[in-house]
Amino acid sequence: MSFGPHLLLAILEGTVAAAVLALTALGLSLVFGVMRVVNVAHGEFYMLGAMVAWWLSRLVPAHPAAGFALALVGAPIAVGAVALATERLVLRRLNYEPEATIVATIGLLFVIQQLALTVFGADAKPVSAPFNFRIVFPWFGYSGYKLFVVAASAVVLLAAWWVLARTRFGLIMRATQYDSETAAAFGIPVDKVYAAVFVTGAALAALAAVLLVPIQQAHYLMGLDPLLMSFIVVIIGGLGSIKGSVIAAIVIGMSDGIISVFFSPTLASILGTLLVALVLVVRPQGLFGVPVR
Amino acid sequence: MSSTHGRVIALHLGVVLLLFALQFVVGEYMRLSLTRIMLFAIFAMGYNLLYGYTGLLSLGHAMFFAVGLYVAALGTTLAGLSAPTAFVAAIAVGALFSLTIGIVALRASGVAFMIVTLMFSQAAFLTVLYFGNYTRGDEGIVISESIRRFSFAGLPVDLTDPVTRYNLALALLMLAMMTCLAIVRSSIGHVLVAIRENETRTEMLGYDVTRYKLFALVVSGTLSALSGAAYALMFAYAGSTLASIQYSIHPLLWTLLGGAATILGPLLGTAVMFALVDLASGFTNANLLAVGVVLIVLVLFFPKGILGTIRERWLPWLP
Repeated sequence: MSFGPHLLLAILEGTVAAAVLALTALGLSLVFGVMRVVNVAHGEFYMLGAMVAWWLSRLVPAHPAAGFALALVGAPIAVGAVALATERLVLRRLNYEPEATIVATIGLLFVIQQLALTVFGADAKPVSAPFNFRIVFPWFGYSGYKLFVVAASAVVLLAAWWVLARTRFGLIMRATQYDSETAAAFGIPVDKVYAAVFVTGAALAALAAVLLVPIQQAHYLMGLDPLLMSFIVVIIGGLGSIKGSVIAAIVIGMSDGIISVFFSPTLASILGTLLVALVLVVRPQGLFGVPVR
Repeated sequence: MSSTHGRVIALHLGVVLLLFALQFVVGEYMRLSLTRIMLFAIFAMGYNLLYGYTGLLSLGHAMFFAVGLYVAALGTTLAGLSAPTAFVAAIAVGALFSLTIGIVALRASGVAFMIVTLMFSQAAFLTVLYFGNYTRGDEGIVISESIRRFSFAGLPVDLTDPVTRYNLALALLMLAMMTCLAIVRSSIGHVLVAIRENETRTEMLGYDVTRYKLFALVVSGTLSALSGAAYALMFAYAGSTLASIQYSIHPLLWTLLGGAATILGPLLGTAVMFALVDLASGFTNANLLAVGVVLIVLVLFFPKGILGTIRERWLPWLP
């Protein structure tokens, strides 16, 4: 394959990676932005989403699309339930204190990972795509499902933006993010907002995983990569800035995908990390962030 | 003050003497475990200096451990250095590496610092895998017996001998303990604690906060590298697992369990956690499950750790 088509392929792969990453990172960014909680277990919510998707898709063997549709609804709900339990039983008791919640979510990371290993086993689990449709370019054929992933992710991102910017719930969330004490004084049930945000963040990770799992199989160790990528995105975009996270996810996901095609995924990860170092040296609060008060 | 001073010296001397005496009582398996615990306790003590005393939570200390580990392993196997030279080189490289990482990472503070250290460590881990031709990745480097037998200052040293290993590990542990104790009880140590308690105020009092934090990070990273180098040479193995994210979390766990900001806490925490994992492996092979559960339980119900609680209730003079 000559350079032009090869680059096109790399850009397509990059777009798919960016689409999934944007959803995952949005969840992490939302939780950090509103609650100031760094959820180290975010990647495990993602992994759990993929595992549940695999389990649900096997319940409906009739047609892959039916199983996929079930997973699309069921996995975020199941993972959201786990997140709700975490929020109530652990995070709330810790008063959302940053250091304590980090340690607790690290613990949760190991617990979820090991339980997934025990329950689902160590082998990778395939989920078939809801439809088989190949877009035929003159040089290569490309999976139509991957483009569906990009479109679906764009729809979810737009919906998230609409909720945040245009609805009453979004307003309440932004008020809590801006100043939780004043919000509480105005009668906003801050603890309910926190619970809702944490569940939403986990559900977004699960949704991203359901979209990805027909492309990449589900495995109990699959959570670490998206977690670290999301961290890169959230740092570069600016901690707490949701707009920054989405923009950074697109840039990082694209470049990660492109470097992975031309060189190696390991090199892409190393470069991503060094990029973070560079951004921090120049601009410690991230590209779109404001210094933490 | 002077009576406190005496008590502190007596306590730590007592712990060292106890560890020395233990080798004559315990069996072979226990002696091996204790050697391991002492080496990892150095790692945890280094970690504690940064986290417990200075209040900087690093999620990437595996990279410092790995630098020591791989400089020692590659130095002896590839570069043909003798074991003592490689050990010293590993410590020097560890110090330099910590300085470099510190200068960059300390530009971030709070949550960003934790994430940045986590990612640097992951980059280091990936670098180990990327150069798999040399590091042999997960399989690891094995250091041959002939390298581990050498003469130092005219004395023959045999690192394959369990008794030699035990006492060398104990000597290194004592060195790390004395280093930490000296720092913590000096005026520098008080500034570090002041930074932990209120960074802005410390800065306003005229202290160069960044320089103190960098100092703590370099000592912490160097002790971790020392621990890694000693581990590679004594146990003849350097594999990528030891550079993975788990080994960044372990020192945090050991420190929290034993009691952050206590000198002996990390040692106690390491020992208790090893015993716990040993116990758990009787009925499950999911060691990490134990790690996860202990972390959550600690942070929820027992945030000061074992020695932290003892200090609060009974022994206010404990350093």
